[in-house]
Amino acid sequence: MKQSDFEKKYENFWLDLEDRLLLVSERTSNKRNHESKVSQIKSKKPKKRNLGEEFPENYRLLCHHLSLARSRHYSPLLVERLEKLVINAHQIYYRRKTHMLSSVLIYFTSGFSQSVRKEWHWILLSSALFFGTFLGMLITLQYYPDMVYTVISGEQLAQMESMYDPSQDKIGRNRTSGTDFEMFGFYIFNNTGIGLRTFASGLLFGVGSVITLVFNGLTIGGVAGYLTFIGYSSTFWPFVSGHSAMELTAIVLSGAAGFKLGFSIISPGRKSRLRSLIDSAREAIYMMYGVATMFVIAAFIEAYWSSMTDIPSMVKYTVGVINWLLLIMYFVFLGRNRAIR
Amino acid sequence: MESKLLDSVNTIQTPEGVDIHLRVAGIWPRSVAWVVDLLIRGATYVLLAIIAGLLGDFGTGLMLIGFFLMEWFYPVLFEVFNNGMTPGKKLLNIQVINGDGTPIGWSPSMLRNILRTVDFLPFFYGLGFASMLLNDKFQRLGDLAADTIVIYVNNTTGMSSIPEHLAIKPSYDLNLKEQQSIIRYAERSNQLSEERMQELAEILNSLDLPDHQMTKSKLLGIANGLIGRK
Repeated sequence: MKQSDFEKKYENFWLDLEDRLLLVSERTSNKRNHESKVSQIKSKKPKKRNLGEEFPENYRLLCHHLSLARSRHYSPLLVERLEKLVINAHQIYYRRKTHMLSSVLIYFTSGFSQSVRKEWHWILLSSALFFGTFLGMLITLQYYPDMVYTVISGEQLAQMESMYDPSQDKIGRNRTSGTDFEMFGFYIFNNTGIGLRTFASGLLFGVGSVITLVFNGLTIGGVAGYLTFIGYSSTFWPFVSGHSAMELTAIVLSGAAGFKLGFSIISPGRKSRLRSLIDSAREAIYMMYGVATMFVIAAFIEAYWSSMTDIPSMVKYTVGVINWLLLIMYFVFLGRNRAIR
Repeated sequence: MESKLLDSVNTIQTPEGVDIHLRVAGIWPRSVAWVVDLLIRGATYVLLAIIAGLLGDFGTGLMLIGFFLMEWFYPVLFEVFNNGMTPGKKLLNIQVINGDGTPIGWSPSMLRNILRTVDFLPFFYGLGFASMLLNDKFQRLGDLAADTIVIYVNNTTGMSSIPEHLAIKPSYDLNLKEQQSIIRYAERSNQLSEERMQELAEILNSLDLPDHQMTKSKLLGIANGLIGRK
């Protein structure tokens, strides 16, 4: 078939597709400029894409046309026009349709805990680093309290001291700063950001994760150890017990996800390093959705529950322990008898 | 001997068995797009701060949540809901897509934008730039991990820039490679000076062609014939 015949035969088909994909090609623009301007003025809303029921069929036919045009050495201008159409149709045809609500539901009832269980060895390493340095610092400070200045500056320490002063009416925050909601915003902004950065920095062969985990373990352990030493236990421990489960676990999981990234490059197994990274990254980010949610929940508990001062310490400790138990049960038991999606 | 030329074109085969060619965007357009987005984000931060100021403590909380969302989700939301284009990218006519040419979804977009933190290290996108220079798809580390590429949105046809000229039939058959070279030559005619165009055309004279004295206008004529203009 000659090119001119080919074009004549299918011109209307292409024009129709271009129209449905809301593409304006050189040829159509000349013909339809006037028409489309009128319709644009009439309805200011942008036209909605209407692909029609036979779109998959049309798309395949279009691909066929492109192959034909190429193999018959039709003019590059025609080939380019068809290719442009194919690229646009391809992007629409292969768009993933996700059912947001059901996938979120499945995620939190099984997917998240499954992905966490799968990475247990990274979580072990991450916990060892974080809780190891945390406890190490906490215990050391009971005997050598001056060690606290190796990880926290005197200025910050004075601030911490005033935050957990038993004579405060709202503990866990500066005298000047205000409402629960303000603190909620701050915790989300600060803590979730730290978590995401811990995860990302794991890409550097895991070194970034090690540094942030150890650094956080030392500072949090430093604050806890120092406040315990100076006798502020009665305000500090009840304050942190409520949100400790969510927040500390979330930090550990961020580190674990980071290790997964880093290790996929160090030891890719039988895959290429790039392939290994891509596969692990996809699994790691899947876990991070849940981790980010945990940070937000922790922020909520910290801002609204932990800061309440008129609740007896025993109640706060009980709630803290229950939170830990619930969280551990969530990760151990949820989604065990469901197939991994 | 034919060596593979350096080119920013990436060829992807679709499941339907046709090749599509995507032109990946380099450091410059992506940097400009980033600056545009930075300005937009900066303006939004100021706006948020002003609103927060009016609302007092509650406003401060709202502002911080806003900052958090803007920092981590501004690019993600645009990329997922606006065909892989943040406002900056839209302005520069570039788009993020998956490595296989399909539209970008949540996970790849989240990944590439969270890993931006690492690309930014050790200072001002040091690693990101290094990574982009070291691979043929200009991918920064976040792009590598998420398997995404940034391409030019294909709405400019290079061939339309070929100046109109009376079509000439070449005096002997050209193979596909030769045809393409002539078309590419003609496409660049408004980027190169008259003298340079002439000079490039004269290179052909050293070949023993049946048609002596190749000139710019002759080549443009052939190009017009090749792309199907009459």
